[in-house]
Amino acid sequence: MTASKTRRRLLVAFAFTGLVSITLPATAQQPAPAPAPKEEEVPFWAIGKPKSGPGAALAPVPAFPIATPADKLPIAKMKLPPGFKAEVYAANVLDARGLRQGDKGTVFVSSLFVAGKVYAIVDKGGTREVKTILEKIELPNGIEFHKGSLYVATPKAVTRYDDIEAKLDKPGDPVKVYDDLPGEIPHGWKFIKIGPDGKLYLPVGAPCNICDPSSDKYAHIRRINLDGTGMEIVARGVRNTVGFDFHPKTGELWFTDNQRDWLSEDMPNDELNRLTKPGREHFGYPYCHQGDFLDPEYGWGKSCAEYTKPATLLGPHSAPLGMRFYTGTMFPSQYQGAIFIARHGPWNKTKKYAGDVVVAHLDKNGKVTKVEPFLTGLVENNAYLGRPVDVLVLKDGSLLVSDDHNGAVYRISYSK
Amino acid sequence: MPSTGSATRSSSLARGAALAALLLLAPAAVALAASFEERTALCLACHGPNGQSLIPDTPSIGGQPFFFVVAQLFLFRRGGRTNAPMSEVAKPMTDDDLRAFGEWVAKLPPPKAPEGPADAARIKRGAALVLQRPCTSCHNPDFSGREQMPRLAHQREEYLLRAMREYKSGARIGYGSSMTEELVGFSDADLQDIAYFLANLPTR
Repeated sequence: MTASKTRRRLLVAFAFTGLVSITLPATAQQPAPAPAPKEEEVPFWAIGKPKSGPGAALAPVPAFPIATPADKLPIAKMKLPPGFKAEVYAANVLDARGLRQGDKGTVFVSSLFVAGKVYAIVDKGGTREVKTILEKIELPNGIEFHKGSLYVATPKAVTRYDDIEAKLDKPGDPVKVYDDLPGEIPHGWKFIKIGPDGKLYLPVGAPCNICDPSSDKYAHIRRINLDGTGMEIVARGVRNTVGFDFHPKTGELWFTDNQRDWLSEDMPNDELNRLTKPGREHFGYPYCHQGDFLDPEYGWGKSCAEYTKPATLLGPHSAPLGMRFYTGTMFPSQYQGAIFIARHGPWNKTKKYAGDVVVAHLDKNGKVTKVEPFLTGLVENNAYLGRPVDVLVLKDGSLLVSDDHNGAVYRISYSK
Repeated sequence: MPSTGSATRSSSLARGAALAALLLLAPAAVALAASFEERTALCLACHGPNGQSLIPDTPSIGGQPFFFVVAQLFLFRRGGRTNAPMSEVAKPMTDDDLRAFGEWVAKLPPPKAPEGPADAARIKRGAALVLQRPCTSCHNPDFSGREQMPRLAHQREEYLLRAMREYKSGARIGYGSSMTEELVGFSDADLQDIAYFLANLPTR
């Protein structure tokens, strides 16, 4: 037993000799509650911070550590275009984040801050079982399924579990694929995907809200061979991407990117970007945001013309995360080749919005023609009823949507 | 402080001592054998009378928000936030326990400010430092905390410093990763001044 552990245990015993008095809650004296500070009474150290009136204190909106029971999920509140319907695919998937499907149909779900788990949802014909296949992993947001193997990416490493669908109850020890990563926590969690070139794409986010680290180390998207060799940086100036996919025809990488906080309620917009020249494009961070706004600190002496502009803007602080090109056959033809994008919804805005899935339509040249709402209804009374994280096109052409706020996965299907 | 007859006091102490001994050996057994009242008495054995800690490195818990407490117990239970005594205590906790302990802690009174005058220069330095980040946006202008953000006002100074050092290094992630981002750019001397400021927060 360590010295500190011994000391702690002795202190516990010490306490019970009565030399530390213990007050039982039922008889404890409660002091009068402190009055809420009025505007004029703001302490001197809080003066000068953005004053936006009541309810303006901004803080991240985390999921509760206990998943929402299935009968309390906000299915009835969801709004979809005509012909589409939503159902609960799986509940009690605490902190449900990334979605992938195995060759045998298993749906893998990752998590991030809360659960530290990777799940497998197994369809047993009629009922679905949610299995925890990995746990106690730090920030395992990034997962990918490829040729029978499950890849798992944390801020520090990418590992691989082979023949996973046959070993769900005992995945065994993984093979280390790659760990040449700086490993910082802020924006270090990963979204990973294997491209049509057979390489694994992974981002390294900026280790801060706004800073100017070397783009050789941070704020970029890199790709590696599946054996971990041959690292190349394909896109620089990318602050924090948690979702990308490859155009089904051109193979080009398209990615969402979350822009900086604490500048303004309305700026900058989060982005959808298109990479046309791998290795030779810089998307602006930290110098230029949303394609046309130079950063007040880092933008001096720069020009936004030096950087690749977004393919389209996705709203200030809307937090676009997972995205997929629709390649199924269930949805109407207008959705073929369109991009479904999960928007988590802002915490850095006093008026909450997004918390939805939108669709970006492209023309034949790959230009975004419009972005329209698809799954909405999850913001009510300035609070989230749910917050989409990732989307996945299942083999049957339906769309899965993960919701880490409730710990659930929904399925969107279409019938005429 | 309630006055209890000496007979009641010594028998409840004996029971408490027996429970403490059990806790050292079998936390799960205590969880099953003890009443909620007895289990909360164990919390106060370390965290202090009314949740105001008298033990270095052990935080005061009085007045911590419900969601914050639930989140920390959750992190101790599942691993990720490691502290030997707390991990033992949290291991047998059910989801209902998390809620129950969260509610109980939130009702404990906030810690009292330390006695005696504070070092005005250090207060001024600490105040200037917290202005450099959106601290009050999450923790409130009076640092009373809310939702998943803890009360920082009049927390133990050495505990605040340790927590900030751990957030800055990534040794402690927290529930959500905001704190790891917020301390980027502060020196250790800065963190010491911030800890002093929060522990000795001026009250009206």
